[in-house]
Amino acid sequence: MEAGELEAEKHVRFILAVEKVLSSLERSRPLFLRLLLLPLSNQPSVDSQRKDDFEALAMEHLRMNGAYWGLTTLYLLHRLDAVDLDEVVSWVLECQHESGGFAGNIGHDPHILYTLSAVQVLALLDKLDVLDADKVSNYVARLQNEDGSFSGDEWGEIDTRFSYCAICCLSILHHLDKINVEKAVNYIVSCKNLDGGFGCTPGAESHAGQIFCCIGALAITGSLNHVDKDLLGWWLCERQVKSGGLNGRPEKLPDVCYSWWVLSSLIIIDRVHWIDKNKLARFILDCQDKENGGISDRPDDAVDVFHTYFGVAGLSLLEYPGIKAIDPAYALPVDTVNKIFFGRLIVRTWRS
Amino acid sequence: MSSDEDEGWVPFSRRPGWSDVVPIPQDDGPNPVVPIAYRDEFRETMDYFRAVYFANERSYRSLQLTSEAIKINPGNYTVWHFRRLIIDSLNVDLWEELEYVDEIASSNSKNYQIWHHRRWLAEKLGTGSANKELEFTKKILALDAKNYHAWSHRQWVLQAFGGWEDELDYCCQLLDDDIFNNSAWNQRYFVITRSPLLGGLQGTRESEGRYAVEAILKNPENESPWRYLRGLYKGDPDLLVGASLVSEVCLKVLQTSHNCIFALCLLLDLLSHGLQPCTELRTAVQRLSSEMELPDASLPGTVCSILERMDPMRSNYWAWRRSNLPCQAS
Ligand SMILES: [Zn+2]
Repeated sequence: MEAGELEAEKHVRFILAVEKVLSSLERSRPLFLRLLLLPLSNQPSVDSQRKDDFEALAMEHLRMNGAYWGLTTLYLLHRLDAVDLDEVVSWVLECQHESGGFAGNIGHDPHILYTLSAVQVLALLDKLDVLDADKVSNYVARLQNEDGSFSGDEWGEIDTRFSYCAICCLSILHHLDKINVEKAVNYIVSCKNLDGGFGCTPGAESHAGQIFCCIGALAITGSLNHVDKDLLGWWLCERQVKSGGLNGRPEKLPDVCYSWWVLSSLIIIDRVHWIDKNKLARFILDCQDKENGGISDRPDDAVDVFHTYFGVAGLSLLEYPGIKAIDPAYALPVDTVNKIFFGRLIVRTWRS
Repeated sequence: MSSDEDEGWVPFSRRPGWSDVVPIPQDDGPNPVVPIAYRDEFRETMDYFRAVYFANERSYRSLQLTSEAIKINPGNYTVWHFRRLIIDSLNVDLWEELEYVDEIASSNSKNYQIWHHRRWLAEKLGTGSANKELEFTKKILALDAKNYHAWSHRQWVLQAFGGWEDELDYCCQLLDDDIFNNSAWNQRYFVITRSPLLGGLQGTRESEGRYAVEAILKNPENESPWRYLRGLYKGDPDLLVGASLVSEVCLKVLQTSHNCIFALCLLLDLLSHGLQPCTELRTAVQRLSSEMELPDASLPGTVCSILERMDPMRSNYWAWRRSNLPCQAS
């Protein structure tokens, strides 16, 4: 992999610009105030923004995810300094509900997806101490069902994605003892398929995104012994297609976001050398908008923050020069994870 | 968002039934930002939504308002939550609500909220909704046969309410349309392992084995039936090695097709588990090996070398398979 092909600075500007558009559209506070210091020529023109405007509005309810994607990308690219951290922290806290859970934005209902993102964002900023960890953990623990699965919120939708959110979140808060870990693990294992992969519920088709959630949760709880590593590793490496990109299911198109889900799973089960890493890095780099920054799902498609994060995180897992290392299970920078678990052994078990 | 339907839209501020409501804009924060004219409708609808939501007003006009908000942005989960609270409070007819979801689902079939709402309704309605739910997922799968949400909803319906009778036929039909549809293969496995009517793997192994073999012979590059075939012998390698239909399909593909990566891979598994290969199998592998001018080696070792050459992107995987061969085989 040659260094210098990643348009890091342009991606940073793209993320900061998107965040500003979002804030202004919502008439809420711009989180990334320093963007205002950028020269005007770097800000997207009003015309080219029209379509994005609407997408930004439609994203309003999941802004917490956006904050996590954007801030983690900035961190990996060594540019978290472009952000007013206090502003972010106070916004995150305003999204907290009295139940202890976090919403996707101010005035919305809490959900486990946004609760994990909120905890990840605070961990990233090294501000976990602003949280009442007990209160947040109790919210998460209440979402566990009798069979060990987790619901996403009080309305009860069940999915192995939520098992991951719960386990990752509680582990970061050092409160895994608040749930029945054994039952949680057994539920995940019950979602294992004949190909070694995992689906959203027992019997559902294997899907790389669900596999990441299940493998990540099993790794965090020290339960990787339940995984058929060779069988799953083969299925995962079969996801690499001719262009070098990875798809999420057989016969689907490759997509940059799977660089994260497939790669992180392969790393956790120690089988990442089974794919062609150089070809994958090439594919991700080919999905950059080299002029205006940002990364898309496939070459020449429109860029967005979601795929920019997954592209950069994927390159980080591939040890691309100049990008900070990211932890494959916690989806947080390795520095951050080390800080959370300083002196604890658990995170070391899958990294040599 | 299509704009033509929106042309008749009347702002809430000019609707007679809403004059008592004070809209609540999103928190402005310390930095007043230049207002943007774009999508006033979105903004006003959401401002009125916040007003009734914070006032916890569970009324018919609130219900109507959530419909409008969902139409603008079906991903907004808070709007859906509030809609369910209203439905519960007002005892809204749940069948009518199902109709409403029918209407918006086909254009939003990948939206988590819609499926979750649907499941919530079906759970409340109970077994009586089974047929409707199976038909509904069929309709969505006719548009996108790999829709993950639709499959997971369908599996839930089958397990909660039954309706297994026609499910294997339905899988056949979808696989006739597209034999590469991995979701349909997965559903097929789901049916044979979980349907109370078919006798499980033991009862279906033979007929399903033949079905998979037929699919493989038509498209040997199709990953799904190969995995399905293995799945029929899950956890029992002796049974797999002993099944003549399995080694025969490997041989046929090796003899007739250029796409033989999966055949070689399955053969490798069989050999690793103790298959004594017949002469034809040896000959078929030898032919490939000499075409590639590979050095002489044991049969499993040769299979690995061929695979490394045929599938360079995964050459490390095949090299690892070689290094893992039992001593007498390598
Ligand atoms: Zn994607």
